[in-house]
This record gives sequence, structure tokens and C-alpha cells, in this order.
Amino acid sequence: MTYIAKPKLHHPSLVKNKAGYTRRDYEGAVSTLCAGCGHDSISAAIIQACYELDILPHQVAKLSGIGCSSKAPTYFVGASHGFNTVHGRMPSVMTGANLANKDLIYMGVSGDGDSASIGLGQFAHVMRRGVNMTYIVMNNGVYGLTKGQFSATADKGSISKKGVANSDESIDLVSLAILMGATFVGRSFSGDKHQLVPLIKAAMAHKGAAFLDVISPCVAFNNHAGSTKSYEYVREHNEALNRLDFIESREEITTRYDPGTTTTVQQHDGSFLRLRKLGEEYDASDKVAAMKRVQEGLAAGEVVTGLLYLDPTPKDLHHNLNTVDAPLNTLDTADLCPGSGVLDRINASLR
Amino acid sequence: MPPALAAVNDFVVKFANVNGSGSASANELFARSILRMGVPVSPRNIFPSNIQGLPTWYEVRVTEKGYLGRRGGVDMMVAMNPQTWAQDVKEIEPGGYLFYDSTKPMPSSMFREDINIVGVPLTAITNATYADARQRQLFKNIIYVGALSILLDIDETKIQGLFGEQFKGKEKLIDSNVKALQLGRDWVTRHIDPDTVKLKVRPSNNVGNRIFVEGNNAAALGAVYGGATVCAWYPITPSSSLAEAFQSHCKRLRHDKETGKAKYAIVQAEDELASIGMVIGAGWNGARAFTSTSGPGISLMTEFIGLASFAEVPAVLVNVQRGGPSTGMPTRTQQSDLLSCAYASNGDTKHVLLFPEDPKECFDFTAEALDLADRLQTPVFVMTDLDIGMNHRLCEPFQWDESRQLDRGKVMTAEDLEAGKTFGRYLDVDGDGIPYRTYPGTHPTKGSYFTRGTTKDEYARYSEEGAVYVRNMERLQKKFLTAAKIAPQPLRYSSPKPTKHGVIYFGSTSPAMAEALDHLEADGNHVNALRVRSFPFSTAVEDFIHEHDKVFIVEQNRDAQLRTMLMADFTLDARKLIPVLHYDGTPITARFIAGDIANKLDQMKVVPFEKAAS
Repeated sequence: MTYIAKPKLHHPSLVKNKAGYTRRDYEGAVSTLCAGCGHDSISAAIIQACYELDILPHQVAKLSGIGCSSKAPTYFVGASHGFNTVHGRMPSVMTGANLANKDLIYMGVSGDGDSASIGLGQFAHVMRRGVNMTYIVMNNGVYGLTKGQFSATADKGSISKKGVANSDESIDLVSLAILMGATFVGRSFSGDKHQLVPLIKAAMAHKGAAFLDVISPCVAFNNHAGSTKSYEYVREHNEALNRLDFIESREEITTRYDPGTTTTVQQHDGSFLRLRKLGEEYDASDKVAAMKRVQEGLAAGEVVTGLLYLDPTPKDLHHNLNTVDAPLNTLDTADLCPGSGVLDRINASLR
Repeated sequence: MPPALAAVNDFVVKFANVNGSGSASANELFARSILRMGVPVSPRNIFPSNIQGLPTWYEVRVTEKGYLGRRGGVDMMVAMNPQTWAQDVKEIEPGGYLFYDSTKPMPSSMFREDINIVGVPLTAITNATYADARQRQLFKNIIYVGALSILLDIDETKIQGLFGEQFKGKEKLIDSNVKALQLGRDWVTRHIDPDTVKLKVRPSNNVGNRIFVEGNNAAALGAVYGGATVCAWYPITPSSSLAEAFQSHCKRLRHDKETGKAKYAIVQAEDELASIGMVIGAGWNGARAFTSTSGPGISLMTEFIGLASFAEVPAVLVNVQRGGPSTGMPTRTQQSDLLSCAYASNGDTKHVLLFPEDPKECFDFTAEALDLADRLQTPVFVMTDLDIGMNHRLCEPFQWDESRQLDRGKVMTAEDLEAGKTFGRYLDVDGDGIPYRTYPGTHPTKGSYFTRGTTKDEYARYSEEGAVYVRNMERLQKKFLTAAKIAPQPLRYSSPKPTKHGVIYFGSTSPAMAEALDHLEADGNHVNALRVRSFPFSTAVEDFIHEHDKVFIVEQNRDAQLRTMLMADFTLDARKLIPVLHYDGTPITARFIAGDIANKLDQMKVVPFEKAAS
């Protein structure tokens, strides 16, 4: 899993970002996933996003559950702490971690088995609590590590590698996340870096519960004819609603588009999201319309991608709990312990 | 007719009520007023898993000597629940007293010949005074407190003082309660010879500066003083009032004076799995975190407990034990989760348990558990139970050493890393099995590592190599031995006479045990006692067992769980450890302990052959 270390030597010509790090500083250990696995493309997109966002690598906390996808955090941002928790329960651990230190950037990585099967309950609750995080599901519709069983996101009627048709309804995590109160919801495809990287950047800048469902074909067990999570199927049925440009507040907006073809939204942290229309009219700020469009896509067998729902001014869990500005893990004895004088008064009230 | 029971400051009054009728506060008022007279009391709620309409009891032991365990037996029954009448009447000791609402005449078959009957027409008095149904119900309770205060000689001014404190600033409420109290007092004064009841309360001075508090409240306060900033919990009887008390303590004590913002975060999670997950996430990230739960919650948390133990993440769990297994007896008490907590998880796993004896130790041990969890980087369980957790108990006042600092254990800082100190997350640098950790976000290039439930080497790198696995497991074992040294040590109480008989006990058995030891001693059964306060066991526990020929192990469970753990940890002769087990869901009594031990000692007495033959 992590025993293959990458050489630390970097080519001197590598370009440093504003934080002083090269793209390679955001890499992790060498991946041990199968060659061609979609998950590796998503890890690469996360690395690219962190590099472009000028994030200090150690300011990221990576959390995952169990499964192929949950191994992925080892393969990006190696200078940050990671936590491979238990199957389906990463959301609660991430919630606790976030409560302890509101200043880190929380990246949760999970899979369709981890989030939609065993972990559906925690998935729903972490969204409704508004934990400030980026939650990425590397969605391949199949259990990889245990060799090819259907997961709960496998579409009804899709055929397994062994030729069995799935008779259960699939769970659409995008619909669920919107319903449960996530304030940034998108879907993308591991094979579409141009769409994916800006989505990850925008999600990481979002100060609330951000969820990305990334279809990520499993080359070993779910990339055959009859699968609806194969490279070929997703390429053919990808219905991108918009293209996103992520613009940090301090950057000047230089590229010009024809009037009426873009919508610009400012997020709470000051960053701008410019959404380029692709064909149809789509308003990502309209929750009801978003749910309708996602459901229409599901009915039509489309893989609807893009930024699907955005509340640019979310209120996160810390806001709701009215916690102090300093991270809770920095408070010391003087901050936390009321002292013996107070205790004497409490004793007096108990006599 | 046996003689009427006569006692001063040493008797048991039991109230039989219907839950949801407002009786709880009146009964507590009764207990507190005696306490204010300087006489120790030990009250216990015996309640159903229900909100309204089912039987509930409140038992008050008045005890000049300060025996705070449940005595067993009832000297006076205040029978306010027709539903349980027969059972309640049956429970009264011969010569005892039945206090009842005599508004409606009752056939003599409903009473007993060998007890004293005291009837007060409570409903008639109430109905003549109050028109409102709710008022009738609530004030009827106060009226019987008034009646009892005359019969038992309880100082009226103490009760009025308590009204004043309870309804401070609400003069109308004070007046109406005083009026109801007076109704009861007047009726009894006019109609009953005060000497009818020979159980009396006399002012004394035996309460001292002790406080009267529930264990759950005390544990919650301990969590505040111990620096817990994250609490994640899921409601479950009998632990819910602990998290709620933490919330109310934090509201008063943990808000920034200038900004009003909270120096804590409390989340009511979706279930126990999420509760412990949040605690582990917070602990991993350097905040002190705890959850409170009961047995079924521990069952659900077990997978996560294994992770925290193997990945070495601090976590504190307060387990307010109830009757098990499964849903078991949600509103009854037991000490039956020792094994499920001590060995929670798949694989070879052992956890640190602390056993508080009363609310004072609930406070101390919860604060201590937060230090221990950080120092040992592992889950620590505070094993309280319903008897301590949900009953008011007289105990020593809380104390806090002003110079005490939160002990965060071995944490490497950015400065340490910058200075070039070697960091291996699971490297035993100091020889105590406890490695150093870093908090996420500490340093841009040094000190990061991956936390996982899989096996790893000293530098947190994944490995399934046998030798690496064994090294890690042996270090964890070494860490466990370190825990035995730094956790609260056992306390020994020696008999004034040398003896080869010992008794080991723990937790809420403590007050009953103290009393049982007095009984045993008085009967010439000399026994040394050891109160175990933590697991892993200190070597002092093994020494104590070796010093004695027979050691009684007193527990409130069926399977002698502590005994099983002792057998697992030490090389002992099983025949030497004699279980004394009480597990019907009621708190253990001194009568039971002393009786059972005396019987067993009798059976052990070897009668010389010649004597037996003659």
C-alpha cells in the first residue's frame, strides 16, 4: 500500500506555486492500484488542484474509509496527515477531526461501497451537519478489493463481469447529497481532467459540505460491455451541464466570454466560480431544479456532470455550534479548566 | 403484632408512585430536608423505562452512620400507587409502617396484621383545596411530605428553606408550596398521635461538608475540568443525563466572556457508531473528546474501539452500565460490561478501565481518563453504573489542584521536528511502549504519517510482515503494563485482626461493602478488603490475592467478570477466588454481601473428624 516511496529529488526546473511548492510536493507514495484505474486520475486531479490553489501541503487532512478508493489518500499530498478509518465510517471521524481544528482543509475520500452501501447513514448525516469538507466518492459501482461484487450505486440492469444483471435500484449519491443539505454538489468523470480539476478547487474553497461524485471506471471488474460505469459508457452518456472556471479572488478575470454565456458566483471565501453554459439553460443555485434535472438524467440513462448545486454562502457546523475562532485543539488549561474557585461554588450549590 | 419499629436516624422509607405524577421532586425534597438536618441519607430511584403511567419507587435510607449503600427491607412504605399496592404492602418489615391515602375506605384484607397503618385522606384534603387537576396532583405530593414531616419529626424550616432555594424569585410558588406543606402538617397534628410512628429524625452533625450529587452530573463536570472540548453522544438510558449535564456545565463555564463563543462542541450523533467515530476523529486531531453511553452502545462502538486501540488514538468513553445483555434492563443497575469493554474489538485487544465508587470519583476519574487517554494514546473507559450515575449520593466535595495542567502526553511539536528529533509514530523511544505523535498540520515537511487500522511498522508504514506485526503487538502489551502503573491504584482496608480472608470489590459496590465489612467484623469474621480502581490490574492486586487463602470477589453480574479478568492476568488458583454475585438489577446491599460471605465462611470451616463423629 504505502511501502513504495517516491524519490524525493525534484528537477530544479519544476515550477513553484505561490506557496513555494512544486507540483511534485503534492504527490504521495506510488500508487498500488491497477494500471488504468480511474482513482489514480482523480488522485492526480487532487494533486493538481492543491498545487494550483497554493495550499500548504500539511494543512490538508485526508480521511478515508476502506476499499480501493480509500487507499487513494496515500497517493496524494504525502506531507499531510491521513487517516484510513473503518469501512463506511469516515464521515464521523472527519466530523470529529473538523471539530478539533477548524483551520485545516478536510478531504474525505470514499468509494461507492464505502459511502452508498455500508456507510449510507454516515454519508447522509455528514452532509446534513454541514461539515466544512470536500467529500469525494470515487464511484465505480463495484467492490474492487473483494473482486467484483456490485455496490449500491450499480445501475439497475447493469451486468457484472460474471454476467449477472443487477436487480436492485441504484443509489444516486448526488441526489442524496442535495437532499441532505450539502451546499456544493457536483459530478464528474475521472477521464475528464479539465472538468474535474476546477470542480475540486472550487469544492476545496467552499466553506461547507462539498460533495463530488466522480465516476471512476474499475478496469479490473467493471469496464466491460453491459456496465454503466465503464470508460466507454460514461464517455458516450456524459451530459455536462456546465464548465467551471475557478478564479481565486486575488486573480484578475482575464478570459472574456460572450455575454449571456457565463454566470459568475462569488463564494464565501472570496473566490469566484464562473460557470460556462454548455447548451441548455441551467441554474446551479436552484436546488429544486437541480434535483429535477439530475432525476431526469437518471431516467434518460445520462451521466449528468458539472457543478449541479451550489449555495455560495453556506453555514457550516462550527458556525451552527458557535465555536470560538481558535481551533479547539489549541485551547489549553487556562482556557478550559474553570479552576478551584468555581468548583468551591459548585460544591456549595450541592449541599 | 410485633412491636412497632423504633429507630432514630436509621431507617428506610420507600415511596411507591406512578411515574409522571410529579412525585420525584417531592420525594427528593423529603430526602434533602433530612440531609439539611445533618443526617446522612441515601436515596435511590427505582424507575421503569417509561415516561408516564408506570410504577416508580423512591427509596430513602436515613443513616446516622453514613451507610450509603442500599440496606434492603422497608420500614415505612408511602403507598401512593394502587397498581403496586399488594407488592408494596408485602415488602414492609414486620412492625413497620404503611402510610397511605385513606380517602376511600379499604377492606381490612388489603392490610397486614403485623404492620402499623397510618392513613391520611390526601385526596380529600387536596380536592377540598384545589380545583385544578394538575395542581391537585402536584400538591398532593407536597401534602404527604408535610404529613410525614410531623410523623418523623422533620424540621419544617428546612423544607421551607429548600422551597426558597428551588423557587428563588418566584414568591408565589414558594407560598403555594408552603401552604400545601402546611395542609399536610395541620391534618396530621389534628388527627394523629405523633408517637404513632416511632421512626424519628433528630438533628445531627454527620453530613459535614459533603455534597449531594448524581454521578452523571459529576462525571460531566469532570469532563469540563479535564479539558474535554468535543462531546459526541447518542441518547441511551442511563447515560443521557451525563451528556446533557456536560452541555449545561459548558453553557455556564465554557463561553468566551468577550465574544460569547463556545470553547466546546457537542454533537448528538445519529448513533453510537458515529459518536465514537467523532470522538476518535477529534482525538486524532488533538482535541480532548469523550462520549457517554451504556452497554448496548458499547456493543455498537466495538469496531471503532479496536481501531482507536490499534491506531493508538486517545478516546474517553463513560459507560453508565445497566442490566444486560441486549436491551436487558435499561433502568436497572449492573456491573456487567467489564468483559465487553476490557476486550472490545476483534483480535488481541485490551483496554484501560477505571472504576469510580461514587460521584466524587466519577468527577476525578473522568478528568483523569482524559489525561490517561492522551498519555497512553488509547481508549479509556470510565465504568460507572446506573446506581451511581442516576442517584443523588452524598460524597466528598470536588477538589481541583490549581496548579494542575492538562497532560497531553507525548506530542512532538514543529520545534521538536525542526530541531531534528527522530519521529517514528510507533517507535518506542522511552521504553514504556508509548510512542510520540504529531497533530495533523504540525510541520510543512516533517512529521506527517498515515493512521490506519492495518498493521504498520515503527514509522507508520503499512506492513503485513510477521516480525513487524509481533514487534508492534509486544510494544502494545508493554504500553498496557505502563497503564497498570499510572492508572488509579487499588485501595486496601485492613481488618484490625490478622486474617487469611480477603475480599476484592469495585465501583458502586463500595458503600454496601464498607457497611458489610463492619457487620462481618462485628460477627468476628475478619476480612481484609481491596478496592480495585482500574484495569489493567496493579501488581498490588496480585500481591493481595497471594497474601490470603481465600479471596471473595464481589460483583454485580452473573458471570464473575472481574474474577475472569483476574484469572486471565495473573497465575492464580481458581479455587481460591470465591465469587459473591448479585445481579437482579437492584443495587447490591450490605445484608447480601455480609450474609453471603458469612455463609461461605461457615461452609469452609473444617470440622475435625472426632468432633463430627461424637
